[in-house]
Amino acid sequence: MLLLANILIDGIAYGMVLFIIAVGLSVTLGLMRFVNLAHGAFAMTGGYIAAWLVREQGLSFYLGVPLAVLATGLLGALLEVTVLRRLYRRTELQQVLFTIGLTFLFVATANLLAGPEVQLIPLPPALSHAVDLGVRTLPAQRLLVIASGLLVVLAAYWVLNRSRFGIWLRATVDNTAAASALGIPVQRVYVLTFAVGAALAGLGGILGAELMPLEPYYPVKYLVLVLVVVAVGGMGSIAGSLAAALTLGIIDTASKYLASDWGSLFFFLAMAILLAWRPQGLLTARKA
Amino acid sequence: MRFQMKLVGTIAAAFAMGSVAAETIKVGIIAPFSGPFAHYGALFKAGAEGYVANQGGKLAGKDIEFIYRDEGGPNPANTRTLAQELVIKDKVDYMGGVVFSPNAFAVAPVIQASKTPFVVFNAATSDITTKSDYYVRTSYTLWQVTVPMAQHAAKKGIKKVITAVTDYAPGVDAENAFKAEFAKQGGEVVESIRMPIRTTDFAPFAQRIKASGAQAVYVFLPGGPPNLGFVKAYNENGLKAAGIEFLGTAETDEFDLQKFGDSALGLTTAFHYSAAHDSPANKVFADAVAKVNKDAVLNYATVGAWDGMAVIHKMIEATGGQRDGDKAMAAIKGYQWESPRGPVSIDPTTRHITQNVYLRTVEKGAGGLMVNKEVQNFGPQVDHGLRK
Repeated sequence: MLLLANILIDGIAYGMVLFIIAVGLSVTLGLMRFVNLAHGAFAMTGGYIAAWLVREQGLSFYLGVPLAVLATGLLGALLEVTVLRRLYRRTELQQVLFTIGLTFLFVATANLLAGPEVQLIPLPPALSHAVDLGVRTLPAQRLLVIASGLLVVLAAYWVLNRSRFGIWLRATVDNTAAASALGIPVQRVYVLTFAVGAALAGLGGILGAELMPLEPYYPVKYLVLVLVVVAVGGMGSIAGSLAAALTLGIIDTASKYLASDWGSLFFFLAMAILLAWRPQGLLTARKA
Repeated sequence: MRFQMKLVGTIAAAFAMGSVAAETIKVGIIAPFSGPFAHYGALFKAGAEGYVANQGGKLAGKDIEFIYRDEGGPNPANTRTLAQELVIKDKVDYMGGVVFSPNAFAVAPVIQASKTPFVVFNAATSDITTKSDYYVRTSYTLWQVTVPMAQHAAKKGIKKVITAVTDYAPGVDAENAFKAEFAKQGGEVVESIRMPIRTTDFAPFAQRIKASGAQAVYVFLPGGPPNLGFVKAYNENGLKAAGIEFLGTAETDEFDLQKFGDSALGLTTAFHYSAAHDSPANKVFADAVAKVNKDAVLNYATVGAWDGMAVIHKMIEATGGQRDGDKAMAAIKGYQWESPRGPVSIDPTTRHITQNVYLRTVEKGAGGLMVNKEVQNFGPQVDHGLRK
């Protein structure tokens, strides 16, 4: 019983980190049809900026983190306007090659600016202590991660399905020409969506830094995990990404408790089975 | 394959024999200079060049020319090619370096055929030095530092220990060393966890350690991110609060130490080098390295390269700058000197360094920087893995 509780608690915390990082990629890949393999680089950038602001510049955690998320979003917007915009009409292979190249540029830049060491984001006292849950203690930071993940789900769902912006976005990606003729600011929609995706990645990078340490090779190291979550969840599906991230997080955690000698076998086995069962993604009902 | 190897060996040997006493001694250094492990290359370079600079730029009256080659990562085939090139094309007199054990194994046939002495600055698997007569090692092995740690735990009255190691060759080496010695001392290893190498979330393992009922956990992790993740999990999941003692080796290595913050305070490790080692030789070392590279961290990699050059220095002296692998190797068997880590010598049978191993505790030193404070000296240790 205690073991089960442990698996669920650690698995959900891990899954939420995967979700926050993956959700932005799910949006750009599924809705904007843009293969952005540099997504992990945005997560790393967010983390590095937060580490720099909080650790080096002495800003408070609660100020530094939103600033870092904002900065990552702005960087995303800047890249969209200057380069990525030109790639939307290119083939997927060209998008893949370009964004992979971009990833290596980020890796090299991080290495050059901050060196190969791990970057830590100092936590405020309220987050660095352990919370007693009755059955066990859990770092307070993990509770923040879980809460943030839930907030992201709700906010993303609301924006995509209920807000005017969501309608614009869906109209734009379905038929850009018609949307433009109807007076929807197509270019602005793209920039904003991309910036929000990058900002979410940054948030995931910051909140997940305890589980996925920030270092120059971060974007390459964790790209596979993020892609797996997006693939299993179904591109463009927020709820699907959440379900996939939690399922995979819990399975990976369970295998660490019960069969660590098998390495990450169960994670990838689960991925293969889920994809064979629902090739379009867990919660995607029809079409692609 | 074997035929090719033989051919290369013959050519290499032919080249090696043909040379005469040179005014410049060429030392080929194979290390990672790119990728995630590039800091090792930088530290080797600082340690080796710092040594030569400290000797006034010459060793035994000879100029030293370093030729650096990038091993990149664990890549034995590539490393063997680099070693062949160094011997055949660059005609080096000595070689040094290598971070990864598989890479070290791969160069054995090359140095055996060409009789080129090779000083291993880091790779820590015990039986490397048995693979060629021209290996000598100035780093450490997991057996060497783990055995005294197991003895110490038993002496402290700890009866039940759980081991948690990263699931790859050095981790398994560490686990075996601890289990063997701790059982000999009458203790019990209640469980052995092998953590997958790509683990990023250590909370599950922390919980298993807590649930095992052990009084202490013996840990082995490769440097960098996994260290930080594990120590965080150790603190935040209440293991420290529950009094489960942390027994490690290189986990609090100076390269990562400052990054841990307060979470590292009080961690105990058994290791052969601490930047806080209080001796004149260590001060000389620190000053000399800082002159070559002011950003270089003083740790096991830097000191491994420094002492590696001390060994090569001795070999140049013994051969008068002549290329004579056998004479050079004979000269360093039993060679003793004062290293920044304390008095050391080369074991004549295993050609592995004999050195003091210290028990250390992480403390906050001057200026709020974290240091590995040496609290006990276990005395000179041989490689217990080779001399069982």
